[in-house]
Amino acid sequence: MKYLLMAYVNEAGFATLTKDQQEQGLAAYGAFMEAMKKSGVFVGSNRLQPSAASTVVRVANGKSQVLDGPYVDTKEQIGGYFLIDVPDLDAAISWAARCPASSHGAVELRPVWDMGALAA
Amino acid sequence: MNWHAGDEQARSTAEAVARRSYGKLVAFLAARTRDVASAEDALSEAFAAALADWPRNGCPANPEGWLMTVARRKIIDAFRGQRRGEIAGEELQIMAERLEGAAAEAESMKEIPDQRLALMFACAHPAIDGGIRAPLILQVILGLDAKAIASAFLTSPAAMGKRLVRAKEKIRQAGIPFVVPEREELPGRLDAVLEAIYAAFAEGWSDPCGTDAARRDLTEEALFLARLVTELLPQEPEALGLLALVLHAEARRRARRSTDGEFVPLAEQDPAAWNSQMIEEAEALLRRASGLGLVGRYQLEGALQSAHVYRCRTGQDNWVEVVQLYDGLLALSGSPVVAINRALAIAETRGAEAGLKAVPDVGADARLGEYQPYWAARAELLAKTGALDEAHRAYERAIGLERDPAVRRFLQRKQAGLIG
Repeated sequence: MKYLLMAYVNEAGFATLTKDQQEQGLAAYGAFMEAMKKSGVFVGSNRLQPSAASTVVRVANGKSQVLDGPYVDTKEQIGGYFLIDVPDLDAAISWAARCPASSHGAVELRPVWDMGALAA
Repeated sequence: MNWHAGDEQARSTAEAVARRSYGKLVAFLAARTRDVASAEDALSEAFAAALADWPRNGCPANPEGWLMTVARRKIIDAFRGQRRGEIAGEELQIMAERLEGAAAEAESMKEIPDQRLALMFACAHPAIDGGIRAPLILQVILGLDAKAIASAFLTSPAAMGKRLVRAKEKIRQAGIPFVVPEREELPGRLDAVLEAIYAAFAEGWSDPCGTDAARRDLTEEALFLARLVTELLPQEPEALGLLALVLHAEARRRARRSTDGEFVPLAEQDPAAWNSQMIEEAEALLRRASGLGLVGRYQLEGALQSAHVYRCRTGQDNWVEVVQLYDGLLALSGSPVVAINRALAIAETRGAEAGLKAVPDVGADARLGEYQPYWAARAELLAKTGALDEAHRAYERAIGLERDPAVRRFLQRKQAGLIG
């Protein structure tokens, strides 16, 4: 089953770290990705630009509305995602616990809707 | 809301009884109905009734007996209401009489007899799935909710809740008895109980460097359960060994972190920061156990902890004895986790090359590939042999698999230290 691991982190936090701490933090994410790849569960991942770079679009009554900023303005924002393929939720939880974001922020796991099951 | 003094007192009495007697009351009721879930439900209703009644009428002289009487009535009502079709009238009559008798018995005695051990044996019965035994014991003896248990075992609350309900159904439907097994059957069955307590303590794999992480938030519960078993079965050497092992680990818990939250490995811990009272108790338990004549894995693991403590306190090299203890433990358990520990100890006596050869092969057990301490041990031994590139890669895997940020930083420091 595929799960999307969404890493929610405090965006302001990274800037408060020393350069060494920043490097150590990024290296931990690198090692986490490597471990997922070596275990054969990794499908995809991307780090996202800060939520200040976000734009929200909505079309209502034929008029489009474009808003600057994230959909929900909270201190913790999605900083990146990992798509993994594992046998079950418990396996996904054990990978989420290893994601560095789960100790300095939070990781939300969402099962991916299996469209193949509909087509079959 | 405006709290009256009586409310506060009723609440604190109810809470004190809950802490002290929850498992005892569940065990006493369930032993008579063989229905753990209905005993739990009835008891939680009885506690709710106590919170409503005690502030008005004052706390009863015998709170346990009061709760027992109410819970018994709730059980009989529930059986009448829900399972009329399933249970014949005659059977219901027998159940009601048994519960009435139990309540009379409880009221006549100052103390309700302790049948928690029988309940633990039911929960750790061979017919119950091995993976759910520890969570089940934590729930029925200590009253932990499914959410807390799920979180400690890194599983989803919904799935854990379902598995717990299924296990209780199984106890009821399969007619699993609430008894302490007879002498000849006891050793094998006790193993399952001890194993469940050990699982609560170790919450998965244990740490090869004897370093342990702070994530073990069930150690206090495990300590309580291990102590309970030794109180109820004081002549079982393996039960004493398990309690000694848990005490040893708990004694060093605080020393595992520096004041700024960094991970401190065993070799760098300050023995003065250990809880010497717990260590002395553990040592006395191991001596008592060895006088009882049967050596098993928990006594060996306890003895290993004891050997580590002795070495760190005195500075006297005892790695030869440590390897011997690991040899014995490996022969008993065949566990790859033990083999990793043993390899690290061998490196201390015969060098890193010999240690590396003793590390188990990933091919033998695929789970090792996702087991952080396996990679950390390999990295350490590879570094000692001078294979720095390989050591670097092994540390990378260990870092990626670790979930405790303090341990992760510790491994990152070790990895960074490889250069030069």
